[in-house]
Amino acid sequence: MSSRLRVEMIVNGEPAEAFVEPRTSLADCLRHHLRLTGTHVGCEMGACGACLVMQDDVVSHACLTLAVQAGGSRIETVEGLSERGALADLQAAFHERNALQCGFCTSGMLMTAHELLRREPLPSRERIRDALSGNYCRCTGYEAIVDAIETTARRRASAQAPA
Amino acid sequence: MKPSPFAYARAASVAEAVAAFRASGDARYLAGGQSLIPALNLRLQAPELLIDITHIAALRGIELRGDALRIGALTRHSEILASPLVAEAAPLLAAAAPWVAHPAIRNKGTLGGSLSLADPASEFPAVALALNARIELDDGERLRAVAADDFFRDLYETAAEPGEILTAVHVPAARPGQRFAFDELARRRGDFALAGIAIAGDFEGEIAARLRIAMFSVGPTPMRARGAEAALTGTRLADADIARAQAALGEDLPDIPGDAQTGAAARLHLARVLLKRQVARLRDAPEARPA
Repeated sequence: MSSRLRVEMIVNGEPAEAFVEPRTSLADCLRHHLRLTGTHVGCEMGACGACLVMQDDVVSHACLTLAVQAGGSRIETVEGLSERGALADLQAAFHERNALQCGFCTSGMLMTAHELLRREPLPSRERIRDALSGNYCRCTGYEAIVDAIETTARRRASAQAPA
Repeated sequence: MKPSPFAYARAASVAEAVAAFRASGDARYLAGGQSLIPALNLRLQAPELLIDITHIAALRGIELRGDALRIGALTRHSEILASPLVAEAAPLLAAAAPWVAHPAIRNKGTLGGSLSLADPASEFPAVALALNARIELDDGERLRAVAADDFFRDLYETAAEPGEILTAVHVPAARPGQRFAFDELARRRGDFALAGIAIAGDFEGEIAARLRIAMFSVGPTPMRARGAEAALTGTRLADADIARAQAALGEDLPDIPGDAQTGAAARLHLARVLLKRQVARLRDAPEARPA
């Protein structure tokens, strides 16, 4: 009843395939089958946000998606976004502001911030907090994370402003 | 936690999905999965088969048909938020969408899934009730529609028969003279509400000619506040009318739940606060979109 199924996806721009049980989550498939361990597994019930990935260009929980459901879709993990430089300024701002301590939540925080800034280039602090409502951080108290995202938004805006 | 093992099948049509359901005897339909997969991960449920219905094209799309908006069951919460058609024809639904869970959940969760699950703490079932939506159900052979008033039966229990698939929601398009309000109180943004309210009203001038008030997180199903509706109908929603409606809520919500954090009396108080605020908003800011 739980024989393995073949799943083909585009992961970080490259074709990938895995043989998984139907019950295997996309998060476990990425971590254990494709060795992409930047996606973290926390609560496995959609509350903590540590497992967020981009699926077909929107952020979603890899713990609440079965790998077999994701067949045929485009997945981008923190490794992919990081390697193509899409997060470089966000990562620098997190670093400068000490917006992480243990780092467990950070990949999910970056995913949420990445999507937020694509949709709303200059969000208010309230909007940033609202967007982060599905990301738990047990170290920082969030203030530094909000600062880092706000700083990145402002830097991007001023970089685009005409000289 | 990891779920118990199950088999997985993708259905290309409603008929195919229903056939797979009947053949199994212990199957669940899988749409956005934002409530079902947590339940599987927590091993609250352990079906032998999941039937993925997200590839059924007939369950998608938002379109105006005559004087009703037909919203396909697979419409994601984020699509409801982004749709100009929903904003225009079903502003109450658009107003409720930002309150549903967190952004990433809204990217996956579906309207049909939310109504099928019928969580009494969810926003969309209450909105469906306030709007007098009609819920379209398909068993592979026969399509039928059930009024929201008859759809929500009990805790997580709806009028859908085993195997029937919720295919679409038909919402009466907003008419001139209608006013809407939505609000909820929760400990943190995105948490399940401690109490919530959705109101749709037909006004003749300043008189509230007809009101449908649906509340959530205050009973086993989304609840019509019929006593409060009666107290307000035909009035100008004066403070004294609102006070009578607030008093009526006690009888409207006989099974209000309480837990260790928020007792039943506190929840009833919060329901009354919401009622007062939002009815006053309908009265004082008729042109305002619900927020």
